[in-house]
Amino acid sequence: MRRLVPHPVLSVVIAVVWLALVNSAAPGHVLLAAVLGLAIPHYSNRYWPDQVVIRRPLRIVDYIAVVAWDILVSNVQVAWLVLFRSGPRLRSVLVTVPIDLPHPTAITVLTGTITMTPGTVSADVAADGRAVLVHCLDADDPDAVVHQIKDRYERRLKEIFA
Amino acid sequence: MATVVEIVVAALIVIGAFFLLVGSLGLAKLPDLMRRLHAPTKATTLGIGATLVASMIAFTAATGSLSVHELLIAVFLFLTAPVTAHMIAKAHMLRHPALQQQLPSPPGTGWATLAPAPVDPEAPRTGEMPPAP
Repeated sequence: MRRLVPHPVLSVVIAVVWLALVNSAAPGHVLLAAVLGLAIPHYSNRYWPDQVVIRRPLRIVDYIAVVAWDILVSNVQVAWLVLFRSGPRLRSVLVTVPIDLPHPTAITVLTGTITMTPGTVSADVAADGRAVLVHCLDADDPDAVVHQIKDRYERRLKEIFA
Repeated sequence: MATVVEIVVAALIVIGAFFLLVGSLGLAKLPDLMRRLHAPTKATTLGIGATLVASMIAFTAATGSLSVHELLIAVFLFLTAPVTAHMIAKAHMLRHPALQQQLPSPPGTGWATLAPAPVDPEAPRTGEMPPAP
């Protein structure tokens, strides 16, 4: 089983992306999606040395809902700042967010989430993967930003990834 | 019914266009590169998101079958926008020594951008594939 399907998550993602790409769920397309989902991870196996282990898949839905809501809020906030507050009055700071995530994939998801959510862009990762450098557009209290990232996103990602 | 669909689609397109305009305005108006990164990564995601939802509703109503192409565009955008912003920020920090002095120091080893390249002769060089398992 491990040899036939080396990366089950990747296989499912490829099959779903293929079906969305052809915009159809006809039996022929489902069959082709299954073949692609099995073949592509098999032939690109050497690029994926570690297997991603998702411990609690249902928590992903929860995570996506939280992030989608935050993206909506962050868009309105950034639009407000751009229209009415931009210029030297923005108190922009760089903060270090210490992180404790087990897998490079989890760190990638976290940095991506930081960039897409309220007023923060992830600028760099520590060489040992234990901290993220975050640029805040307008922060009164940098500690609150760190706390929000750790409590809202990192805690949930820890539950999802083993 | 068709009128309701048209009103919803039109409203979503106007909202999308507004946020895309604000994103572009921010790119032009904000004072430095790090702050400019915020406008295209955020304001434009909602702009493009609203436009894509409008497209989904319009084509689902017009053809009678669910249109999910647009979700893929949104997924690819959400995957690529943070990576692009991250790489631009890293390149900016590498090219500006004054900014490097202002960085807070991380716990443990330094930031990945400023760390010296690994000198292990066994390590695969960039662009080379690792050996097959």
